[in-house]
Amino acid sequence: MRRFLRPGHDPVRERLKRDLFQFNKTVEHGFPHQPSALGYSPFLRLMAIGTRSGAIKLYGAPGVEFMGLHEENNTVMQIHFIPDQCQLVTLLDDNSLHLWSLKQHGGASELREEHRFTLKGPPGSPPSATQVTAVLPHSSREVLYLGTESGNIFVVELPSFRVLEDRTITPEAVLQRIPEDNCNRRSCELVEALREHPKNPDQILIGYSRALIVLWDLQNNKAIHHFLGSQQLENLYWQRDGSKFISCHYDGSYTQWPVSSDNRQSEPLENTVPYGPFPCKAISKIYWQTTKNGLPYIIFQGGMPRASYGDRHSISVIHGSQQTAFDFTSRVIDFFIIFSSDPAAEFDDPSALVVLAEEELVVIDLKSAGWPAVHPPYLASLHCSAITCSHHVSNIPLKLWERIISAGSKQNIHYSSMPWPIDGGTNIAPDPPQRDLLLTGHEDGTVRFWDASGVCLHLLYKLSTVRVFLTDADPNDNMNTLGEDEWPPLRKVGTFDPYSDDPRLGIQKIYLCKYSGYLAVAGTAGQVLVMELNDEDAEHVVDHAEADLLQDQEGYRWKGHEKLKTRDGPVRFEAGFQPFVLVQCQPPAVVTSLALHSEWKLVAFGTSHGFGLFDHQQKRLVFVKCTLHPSDQLALEGPLSRVKSLKKSLRQSFRRIRRSRVSSRKRRGGAGNASEVQEANAKFDQDVLQEMELAPVQRKIEARSAEDSFTGFVRTLYFADTFLRDSSRHCPSLWAGTNGGTVYAFCLRVPPAERRMDEPVRAEQAKEIQLMHRAPVVGILVLDGRSTPLPEPLEVAHDLSKSPDMQGSHQLLVVSEEQFKVFTLPKVSSKLKLKLTALEGCRVRKVTVANFGSCKTDDYSENDLAVLTNLGDIQIISLPFLKLQIRYPCIRKEDVSGIASCVFTKYGQGFYLISPSEFERFSLSTKWLVEPRCIVDIPELTSNNHVHNESGKENASRKPSPGDCEEDERKSGRLMEHALLNDEKVLKEIQSTLEGGR
Amino acid sequence: QFGAEFRRFSLDRYKPGKFEDFYKLILHIHHIANLEVMIGYADVHGDLLPINNDDNFFKAVSSAHPLLRVFIQRQDEVDYSNFGSNTLSRKKKALVTLRNDNLRRRPHINISMPHDFRPVSSIIDVDILPETHRRVRLYRHGCEKPLGFYIRDGTSVRVTPHGLEKVPGIFISRMVPGGLAESTGLLAVNDEVLEVNGIEVAGKTLDQVTDMMIANSHNLIITVKPANQRNNIIRSSRMSGSSGQSTDSTASHHSLSTSHVLQNFHPDEMESDEEADIVIEGGLEPQHIPKLHSLTSSSLSRINGSSLSHRLQRDLVLNNNSGRESNGNIHKLLSSLKTDPRHSLVIPRGGIEEDGTVITL
Repeated sequence: MRRFLRPGHDPVRERLKRDLFQFNKTVEHGFPHQPSALGYSPFLRLMAIGTRSGAIKLYGAPGVEFMGLHEENNTVMQIHFIPDQCQLVTLLDDNSLHLWSLKQHGGASELREEHRFTLKGPPGSPPSATQVTAVLPHSSREVLYLGTESGNIFVVELPSFRVLEDRTITPEAVLQRIPEDNCNRRSCELVEALREHPKNPDQILIGYSRALIVLWDLQNNKAIHHFLGSQQLENLYWQRDGSKFISCHYDGSYTQWPVSSDNRQSEPLENTVPYGPFPCKAISKIYWQTTKNGLPYIIFQGGMPRASYGDRHSISVIHGSQQTAFDFTSRVIDFFIIFSSDPAAEFDDPSALVVLAEEELVVIDLKSAGWPAVHPPYLASLHCSAITCSHHVSNIPLKLWERIISAGSKQNIHYSSMPWPIDGGTNIAPDPPQRDLLLTGHEDGTVRFWDASGVCLHLLYKLSTVRVFLTDADPNDNMNTLGEDEWPPLRKVGTFDPYSDDPRLGIQKIYLCKYSGYLAVAGTAGQVLVMELNDEDAEHVVDHAEADLLQDQEGYRWKGHEKLKTRDGPVRFEAGFQPFVLVQCQPPAVVTSLALHSEWKLVAFGTSHGFGLFDHQQKRLVFVKCTLHPSDQLALEGPLSRVKSLKKSLRQSFRRIRRSRVSSRKRRGGAGNASEVQEANAKFDQDVLQEMELAPVQRKIEARSAEDSFTGFVRTLYFADTFLRDSSRHCPSLWAGTNGGTVYAFCLRVPPAERRMDEPVRAEQAKEIQLMHRAPVVGILVLDGRSTPLPEPLEVAHDLSKSPDMQGSHQLLVVSEEQFKVFTLPKVSSKLKLKLTALEGCRVRKVTVANFGSCKTDDYSENDLAVLTNLGDIQIISLPFLKLQIRYPCIRKEDVSGIASCVFTKYGQGFYLISPSEFERFSLSTKWLVEPRCIVDIPELTSNNHVHNESGKENASRKPSPGDCEEDERKSGRLMEHALLNDEKVLKEIQSTLEGGR
Repeated sequence: QFGAEFRRFSLDRYKPGKFEDFYKLILHIHHIANLEVMIGYADVHGDLLPINNDDNFFKAVSSAHPLLRVFIQRQDEVDYSNFGSNTLSRKKKALVTLRNDNLRRRPHINISMPHDFRPVSSIIDVDILPETHRRVRLYRHGCEKPLGFYIRDGTSVRVTPHGLEKVPGIFISRMVPGGLAESTGLLAVNDEVLEVNGIEVAGKTLDQVTDMMIANSHNLIITVKPANQRNNIIRSSRMSGSSGQSTDSTASHHSLSTSHVLQNFHPDEMESDEEADIVIEGGLEPQHIPKLHSLTSSSLSRINGSSLSHRLQRDLVLNNNSGRESNGNIHKLLSSLKTDPRHSLVIPRGGIEEDGTVITL
């Protein structure tokens, strides 16, 4: 206690600490959780994604990323880039508008919120009067048109968000010019879409929900044309030349409308229900893209036959006779088309379709035959199948790196070779200092290898362990092999597949040796696979062994799942990591710890029943050790009975949650759907607090005893070459730590390399340490004579580490959830310790040795322990003196899955899941910091502005001619031509300045 | 049993009966019917005197005020030279020189200390705590009883400069019948927990406090604000009573079922307690472990339970481990004990101190 009151104020050390440690959350990897809006700027070639938690993320070329967060944490409904600007406007579900801009600061661009604004109606008006439904940033970049639920279109000035009241387009004004017989006030309720004329910035197309479409002249403030559809309108899209537009409707139809100068009420050119004749779902968005060859691309979302395919999330692409309905596994949020952004170009020539689905981003190459998907360099769906564990390997040797990439590239042949089409901005971050791999284990039995070196978490290779086993669902579920004349022409795209065939396949532990390429993975049903990297396809038999961890203990019955059935005979494996040994634990409980020693060719594994050691060279089980306490029925019976005993408490807690949700809803009186959930969540804590008084949660205070359940649960396994028996001879050893605070040490005899196959590996228990406080052992480590942690196997052989000091006395560090304790070796006597729980009430959840380099001098680095506690704090603790160096709050303590998912790297960085699909990357080191650093250039912004201002002035000075009203019908054609010409000139001018700027 | 337990029972002060009956009663109460024991008692002056006939038994009973502290020892270990005048206070003097000033102010405190009884609980730091608070130390070590209580969240009312304020707090919510916490009588349902082993719980969550208590469970010191404030120590009486009587007055104030020890407490003691981890060398069958463990812990408890001499420990250890423990190990074990002055001084500092790692084969 006292030593905490007086922390060592050694100024030298304090200064050094500043050079070594620094906490930063640097970048979010993966796919944003609950995306709600999508935007794209063809000018910046940047894409923006908004989420339901109010985050906005911008992506361009790989490495170009920005992130912003709305203070209100409200759902982002719409994102609109201001044309030709580094600015964007977001609309949230609280009806507020936010202006964000990318500004350069300190050599890199930053995304910042500049202004916020909420449209206010006249006093007493209903909220719907100002509920924004459509946003149109005008190409003049000076104003925003805001369509509302009431049918009014407000005009606000940018960037000040000042409402230009005199320019408001009211339904009354619109109806003035429209014959009364087919329109009334109700026709103008709710503005569904606002589209600026592609060639004439003075005209906008207004689409009202009740199928009335009006072409509005902004200069003269009057309707030029109106179009009356028969079905509720969903969206509008202009053809590139402005001669036609297309509307899509609630009944699954789309309609083309000509915009001609001669008649003011046009009849549709064509009305199609693409998936008729049976009732179809709405087409919510449509694109009409022209091409050189004349055949347009019609791309639309939805429109599927309601009865048979109404549940599909589809986007259809029609190009001449080709038609495909891309079928997504999750809801489509929004999509856009990347097409020629050159304003002078005659045709759209679409190149790619970018679809934001709820769980993944899918990009389709529209230029290559067959419209293959493009492999995204970022926004990977980490949660294609739920992540069950992760493992990080730093500093991968180039050779292994290349072999993994080559194995992965063989898996990716079906992807398009098109370069990534969203390529705005410039990545100016230094090249990643080393090659890092993040391995994620998934519920479906796959292991994904991610390039975690830089800002973009990129999938390199995917390994599946399913092939080794016989599962109920055999993998011939090729959804894509639909017959030729199948209608609708659905094609499954994307990788998100949350359904696991068999939960027993789930991966629980991964260990990769980066020097030898040996990989061990262990799963939910007690399976342990040892694999080797092979560059070729191969067919071979997987050696199979069983490890009975209960040994001869009688009278136990495992009530959990059965072990996985294995495939007999040789199995074909694709190039990559191929299993050659399978050990199945008996009972088939989930593997809770795993260690691999590639030099000794040994793999150790532990479950809630015990642990075992397998020699994967000789393919022989060396020994098993049962750690189970004889009275521990819970652990014995497996997960099922445990669930039963938890049932009651679970039911109660659910009831409590439900009650509080209901009460919070009542208070709110019911409002928007998404916001409700969030607010309910926000109020949840409060409710919980209140409820504590009603039904207090009790905690039992009891010392741990040997009879507690799950004390035999093996938490950690560790191989070390150290002085286990006496101080003169060191030998290989295996250490195991259990939930009950026991550490077992086994002395191993590994035959020398030349006799490795002839003599068996022997093991003998040398020590058993029972920690008096009986807290779960979460880490074991041996420090050499210089108090440096022992190197990894083969690290010394590859000249990547100094050989350990085998002269001085070794020390054993045992980390339990409650304490850090250093013991001498070989005589295990306590040397020093640090009590964490007794003093702070927090427990160790994750612990790793990390190397911290100084940012000031290259030649100084030290090893410390990086610790994550159950409160979400990260602490750095010095080695070997166990002094707390620094503490950072990192994860909210309520975020149990975040804390459970945290993985540290060897150089003081780390990852944890902030949602099922996103890893937050953080850094504790001043030296190793991977964060996005990028520049988005605005080519010649000032001259651009100048040109546009001029054109604006010109437009403004063009006064409406007298008698405009009468002559309108006659003149409109010419006027438009004039406007077109005028604009063309301006556009060309802009183009030339743009090119000049580049 | 020796140095491990103490029992309280009542006798009719004026009709004590025969020594023979008393002796049987003692043996019966302590379930040691088959042992030869020596019974002694502490007289008014703090001297340890023997009870071995009707006369001194009567004397002992009549001089009790109001408690008679009876010491029971195994016959063959009794150091007769210990009996006589001032035996206890002599030891106490040696102790005073070693301990700090706090102790010196109230030197008679140790008169009532039952040296060869292992305490299960004590109230400590009475002199530095507000009267409304109570600091309770629970000695779970070697005791088979569970700690046996539950805590919950709640709100307490604090007086602040802004008036009364509701603040969240941690409270004892339930006592397990027969548990250590209940049997001490020092803790009660709805007592507010203020500190755990010297660390304030304010601002900590229920789970944090739970973890802290469990982590300290071998030597748990809880500072509570009792819900029932009537049993509080009355400071004035404590101040005036500079003799060992203060202990007894406290006891009567509490009217508790079990005796407890008023002991001065130094914060460093919290640090000094060492739980020894047990290291077992060599390969052992797993089924041996529980047995071995209970053996080790019982021997540990004997080592550390305040005892009158090392002989006791040695005998017990030897008895229990006969044939299993080499002399060398015992020597090691004993020498490690001897290096600790507390053990050679036979000061029962809470009875849970353990030093070094015990190595058994």
